[in-house]
Amino acid sequence: MKKTFTLMRARQRDRRQLLRGAVAAAGSAMLAGCDRLSQNEAFVDTLKSAQQLNRAAQKIVAPRPAMAQEFGPADVAQTFRSNGTLNPGDADYVALRDGGFSGYKLSVGGLVAKPAEFTLEQLKAMPSRTQITRHDCVEGWSCIGKWKGVQLGPILDLVQPTPEAKFVLFRCFDSMEGPSLDGRDSRYYESIDFDDAHHVQTILAYELNDKPLPVSNGAPLRCRVERQLGYKQAKYIRAIELVESFAAIRGGKGGYWEDEGYSWYGGI
Amino acid sequence: MDIEATLPSPAVDARASRRIYRHRLPVRLMHWINVVCLTVLLMSGLNIFNAHPALYWGQESTFAQPWISFGARNTAAGPVGYTRIAGHEFDTTGVLGLSTSPSNGQPMARAFPWWATIPGGQWLAMARHWHFFFAWIFVINGVLYLLYTIISKHLKRDLVPTRDELRNIGRSVIDHLKFKHPTGDAATRYNVLQSLAYLIVIFGLLPLVVICGLAMSPRIDAVFTGWVALLGGRQSARTLHFLAAFGLLLFVVVHVAEVFIAGVWNEMRSMITGWYAVPEERVTQEAKP
Repeated sequence: MKKTFTLMRARQRDRRQLLRGAVAAAGSAMLAGCDRLSQNEAFVDTLKSAQQLNRAAQKIVAPRPAMAQEFGPADVAQTFRSNGTLNPGDADYVALRDGGFSGYKLSVGGLVAKPAEFTLEQLKAMPSRTQITRHDCVEGWSCIGKWKGVQLGPILDLVQPTPEAKFVLFRCFDSMEGPSLDGRDSRYYESIDFDDAHHVQTILAYELNDKPLPVSNGAPLRCRVERQLGYKQAKYIRAIELVESFAAIRGGKGGYWEDEGYSWYGGI
Repeated sequence: MDIEATLPSPAVDARASRRIYRHRLPVRLMHWINVVCLTVLLMSGLNIFNAHPALYWGQESTFAQPWISFGARNTAAGPVGYTRIAGHEFDTTGVLGLSTSPSNGQPMARAFPWWATIPGGQWLAMARHWHFFFAWIFVINGVLYLLYTIISKHLKRDLVPTRDELRNIGRSVIDHLKFKHPTGDAATRYNVLQSLAYLIVIFGLLPLVVICGLAMSPRIDAVFTGWVALLGGRQSARTLHFLAAFGLLLFVVVHVAEVFIAGVWNEMRSMITGWYAVPEERVTQEAKP
C-alpha cells in the first residue's frame, strides 16, 4: 500500500515536472519564434500591412474635416516637453540661430508651378491660426501646447502644386546621427499627404505658448499635423518639397523614423 | 484523439461516466484565435509600454507625478530596479525596472523584462507592427464571436445565469473557496461565478481594452471631437488600457488555474475536440443516511 502511494506521488511529481518543463519550453520556443519572425522580411511586411488598413479605416471614420480636440488656456502644460533633436549642431542651422533667424528662408518647391521662398517675416504677415492642442508621442506620453502659425493649405495654393504632386515633404536642418564625415545625409525629414496638408489644423508654427518657438521645440518653424503622432510633426523645417512619390528619397519610406521601421501613417 | 486513453491514472477514468459535446466548433476556433491574439497583444503591448514606462490620469502627462512608474537607478550596492506607485517605491530588481539581458547576462534597465515582451529586445517600431496587426484579428474575431453567441443563442442559453443561479451565488462562492467543483448534471452547465466572470470579460474588459486602445489614436480622437474626455482624457485612456489588460491577465491566470483544478486533460479536450467527460456525482460524500 505504502509503496503504491509513494509510486503515485513520484508519478505525480514527474508529471508536474514534465508539465512545467513543457510550458517553459513552449514559452521560450514561442519567444524565440517571435524574435525570428521579427527579422523575417515577408512576415514583417505582412504585419505592416495593418498600417494600410489603419489609414484606410481611419480616413473613413474620421474624414478630412474631422477636427482634433482643442483645449482651453488652463490646459496648457507649463513646459512643453521636447523630444528628439533639442539643439541642432549643423553649421547652417547654427549660423541662422546665431543671427536670430533673420536670414531664414523657407523654400517651397518640387512639383509646383510657382516655387517660392518665404522669410519668417513674410510668414508672420500672413493670416495665422492659433490652436491649443494635445501632442501625442509615439512613446505614449501627451503634452498640451498653444501653437500659432500659418496654415499649410494657403501656402500650397500660392505655389500651385502640379497634378502629379501627391505628398508634401519636409526637409529639416537637424542631422539625427551627428555631423557626417562621409557625406551621409541623416537630416530629419517627414512627409504627409494632401488630406492632412490641407487640414484646417495643419500649420507651420512659429510660436509656442505666446512666445517665439524655442530651439528645443523646432525653431524657427515646425509643422503641426494634429491628427498624427509626434514624429510626424517635423521640427527645424528647412524646405518643403512636393513629390509624387518618396520611394527614391533616402530610405524610401517617407521619413527619418519611417526609414528606421516606424509606420508612415502616424494616426495611431 | 483520445487523450484520456493515454492517462496513467485510473482514478480519472473511473470518474468519467458520460460525455457531452460541450463546445461547438466556432467557439473552439474563436477561443484559440483569441488565445494567440491576447498573448501577442499583451506582450507587444508591454514592449510598447517600455518606451515610456509611466502612467498618468487626465489628458496629458504630468511627467513629475505619474501614478505608477518603473525604472532603475544606481545605489552603493549596485543598480536596482524599482516600481513606484503613488509615491511609494518598491524594489522589483530582477523583474520590473531592472532585469537580466539575455544576450550578455548583464543587468539592463527595462520596465518589463525580455521574456514578457514581443519582440524580446526593446523595439518600439516592431512591437507596434505586431500590436496593430493582431489587434485587427482580435477585434474581427471578437465581433464574430459576439454575433455568434447572440445568433446561436449561446449567450442566452449558456452564459447568462438564471434567476435561481443568481440566488444561490453564495453557495457557489463557498464551493469555489473549498475548490469543490460541480459534478453530474450541474457540471454540464457553467456555474454562476464562471458565467459572471465570462460576461464581465466579454462585455466589460474586452470592449474597454479596445475602446481605450482606440482612444490613444489621435485620428480616432477626431471622430467625435472631444469624446476621449469621456474616458478622462488620453492619458487616462492609456492607464485604463493598461489596467484592463492586466484585468484580462488576471482572468486568464484564474481561468487556467481552474482548468488545472477541474482536470486539465478533460478541459483541454473539450476546448479542442468539443467533448467533455461529465464528472460523476459525489454520491459517497453527499448522500445522507
